[in-house]
Amino acid sequence: MATVQTAKSTPTPAAPQVRSYNGAEILVESLVRQGTQFIYAYPGGCSMPLHQALISAQEKLRTILPRHEQGGAFAAQGIARATGEVGVCMATSGPGATNLVTSIADAKLDSVPLVAITGQVPQAVIGSDAFQETPMVEVCRAITKHHYMITDVRDVARIVKEAYHIAATGRPGPVLIDFPKDVQLATLDAAEVDFDPPMNLPGYRPINNGPQPEQVRQVLAALKRSKKPILYVGGGCINSNAAEELTKFALKTGIPVTMTAMGLGSFPGEHPQSLHMLGMHGTVYANYAVNEADLLLALGVRFDDRVTGKLEEFAKHGKIVHVDLDPSEIHKNKAAHVPIVADLKKTLQALNAMIEDDDIPDVTAWQKQIAEWKAKFPLKYNESGDDILQQYAIEELWKRTKERNPYVAVGVGQHQMWAAQFFKFQKPRHWLSSSGLGTMGFGLPAAMGVATAFPNDLVFDIDGDGSFQMNIQELATIRCEKLPVKILLLNNQHLGMVVQWEDRFMEGRRAHTYLGPIDDPEWHGKGAGPIKTDTYPDFVTIARGYDIPAARVRSKKEFPKALETMINTPGAYLLEVICPYQEHVLPMIPSGKTVRDIIVE
Amino acid sequence: MRHVLSALVMNQPGVLAHVSGMLASRNFNIDSLAVGETEDETLSRMTFVVRGDDRVLDQVRKQLEKIVTVVRVIDYLGKDYVERDLMLIKVATEGGRRLSEVKELNDVFRGKIVDVSPEHVIIEIAGQESKVNAFIDVMRQFEILELVRTGRIALTRRGSITQDAASPDPQPAEAR
Repeated sequence: MATVQTAKSTPTPAAPQVRSYNGAEILVESLVRQGTQFIYAYPGGCSMPLHQALISAQEKLRTILPRHEQGGAFAAQGIARATGEVGVCMATSGPGATNLVTSIADAKLDSVPLVAITGQVPQAVIGSDAFQETPMVEVCRAITKHHYMITDVRDVARIVKEAYHIAATGRPGPVLIDFPKDVQLATLDAAEVDFDPPMNLPGYRPINNGPQPEQVRQVLAALKRSKKPILYVGGGCINSNAAEELTKFALKTGIPVTMTAMGLGSFPGEHPQSLHMLGMHGTVYANYAVNEADLLLALGVRFDDRVTGKLEEFAKHGKIVHVDLDPSEIHKNKAAHVPIVADLKKTLQALNAMIEDDDIPDVTAWQKQIAEWKAKFPLKYNESGDDILQQYAIEELWKRTKERNPYVAVGVGQHQMWAAQFFKFQKPRHWLSSSGLGTMGFGLPAAMGVATAFPNDLVFDIDGDGSFQMNIQELATIRCEKLPVKILLLNNQHLGMVVQWEDRFMEGRRAHTYLGPIDDPEWHGKGAGPIKTDTYPDFVTIARGYDIPAARVRSKKEFPKALETMINTPGAYLLEVICPYQEHVLPMIPSGKTVRDIIVE
Repeated sequence: MRHVLSALVMNQPGVLAHVSGMLASRNFNIDSLAVGETEDETLSRMTFVVRGDDRVLDQVRKQLEKIVTVVRVIDYLGKDYVERDLMLIKVATEGGRRLSEVKELNDVFRGKIVDVSPEHVIIEIAGQESKVNAFIDVMRQFEILELVRTGRIALTRRGSITQDAASPDPQPAEAR
C-alpha cells in the first residue's frame, strides 16, 4: 500500500517577505508539501491563478503541459501506477475539466491514486450557465472515490491533505478538487495559513489491519486439506506492495499462481509456477487449473466478468478464500467460504509466519497435471512466413529487453491482450494497462508519465493504430518535455479486437472497423489481403512532423535490426510495424461462457 | 424482502445527491428515503427502506459505508427498534356534511386534525406503515384531495449511533 502521505518535513518555505498567500498559492504549496514532484496541467481562464502559482514553484514541482487534458490525466496515472505515489493532474473549468473525466473513471475502476484539480467559475456565477461552466462535482460523483469543491480559502490546505490521504490509503482511487477562481484569488495572511491542519474525515476508515489469527488458521486448514490449490492474484497485490510476500508464500507451498490483467508482475512471469493470465484471453492451463482447483486463494481480486465468464460455473469445484481490503468486494460477485477483509501484505506476512511444513499439502500430482496442460496448450502463434505477427513483435521485444526490466504501457484491444500474454513481467508496477475501463488511447500518455518519473529507464508504449490515434497529440509533449518513450506501433489498419468479434460472432460482417478511407474496398472487408501495402495515415511522417525519429518495417527480416535501433536511439522513438489484421487473440472464452467453451484455434 | 437501514452522514451539500446517485447507479431498489438533521448539527440521518435479498442488502450497506461522507450505517434487522411513517392527508368533507364521519374514523386511528375548512380537512397521522395504509383505505370513501408521506424513520430502543460513530468501527463481520 502506498504510504500515507502526511505533510512531509520539507523546510518551511515561508520566506520573511511572504505576507499573504492566495488560494492558488496555498494549493500549490500544499502539493509540494505532500511530496509531489510532477503535475500535468493544461491552463485556461479559470485555472490561470493556479498556473501563476505553479510557475513560481517550478524549482520544487515540475509542471508539464500535455497537449490534451486527457493525455495529462493518463500521464498522471502513469506516474501513479509506476511509483505507487499519488499522481496529479489539473485542468481549467468546463471542457478542460470534462476532458479529465475518462481518466478519472479509469482510475476508479483500476484503483489508481489520482488527484484531479479543476478550475471552476467564480462562486458568484456558479449555476448561471457561465462561460466554461460545468458542474464537475455532479459529473464526477459516481466515478471518484471522493470529491471536493473548495468554497473557503481557509479550507484549501485541509482539502489537499485529505484528498491525498483518501486517494492513497485503503483501496486507492481518484479524488476531484473543484476550485472556483474567486477562492483561488482570495488571500489569507501568512500567519493564518496552517499547512498541516487536522483532517475532518469521521466517515473514512480505510482498512489497514491484518487478518485475525483465527482467519489465518482457517486458510491453513483449508490448504492442508486441499490437493489442487491455486493462487488467483490481482491488482490488490500490487497496491499493497505484497509481491515479495506472495512470491515467498507461493515458493514455499508450491502452489501455482495465475494473475489478472491488473495483477501481472505480482509473481515472476518466467517462473515455472506461473500460469500467467487467466480469464477471457488467459492461458488454457490457467483456466483449466482454476476450473479444477479444490481451493481458490483469491487475493486482491474482484471476480470481474472478464475473469470469471459465467459466474455460477467459475471455480465451482473449489473452496474460495477471498482476501480484500474493500469489504464491498467480498461476496459481491461470488460468495467466499473464507472471507477476509484485511491488507493483503499483512495477510501474506501472517500466512508466511504461521505456516508449518505440516500445513503444506502434497501438490506433486497437481503440478504434474498442470505441466501436462502447459505442454499441450502453450501460448502459440504462426511462426512461419515473413509477415510480422503482433505476437512475434511483442515476444521479440520482450526477449531483447527483459534484462533491462522495462516498463510497458499499452492501449486497448488485441495488442493489449497479446502484450499481457507474451511480455513476461518479473516485477510489479512495470505493466500499465487500462484494465477495468478499457480506455483506448491510454498507452502513450501513460508511458509518458512513467518516463517522467523514471527518465533513465526503458519505457515502451506498445500500441495499436486505433488506440495510438486517440492520444497521438502527446507526441508533442514527449518531444518538447524530453520524455524518452519508445513506441512499438502495431499497425493492422483495423480495430482488431472488434474485427475478431465480427469474425467470431457476426459472420465477419465489417461495421466501421477499418481505419482507412471509405472508398477503399477494405472498408467493406473486401480488400486484397491481410496486409495493406498502402497504409493510412503515414505514421512515420507524422512522427517526423513532431520531430521524433521513426521507422516503418514490414518483414521479419528487417525487424530485429529495427528493434535494436529503436532501443538504442536516445530519447523518444516510433517504430511502426505493419501487421496482418486477421490474427485473433487466442485462447478465448466468449463472454458469459465457461472454460468448456474455450476457443484455441 | 424489505429492510430498514439508517445512515449517519456529514451534514454537507451534495451528500444526499451522492447517496441517492450511488443507489440508482448500482440498481438498488429503494422504497423510501427520509433525511433530516440530528441532535448533532454536523450530522444528518438518512433512513432507507430497501427491497432485496440478503446479498443485495449486504451490498447496499457496504457501498454506503464506502462513501466518505457516510459516517455510520446500521441495519435494523434483528434489532429492537421503533419505526414510524408520517402522513398529511387532505380529505373532502362535502361542505362539512361528512365531517363527523371523518372525525370518527380519525379518532379510531388516533390521527390529528390540523386544518379545517368548509370543504375539507387535513389530518396528520403517524404510525407504522400498515396503519398509515389502512387509514388511506378507509379515507377512500371520501374524496382524497391529496396526501404526502415522509417515508420511514426509525430508532433503536437502546444505544445511539451518533455516539457510536465517535468510536472505531468494529471489524466487518465476514464470518457467515
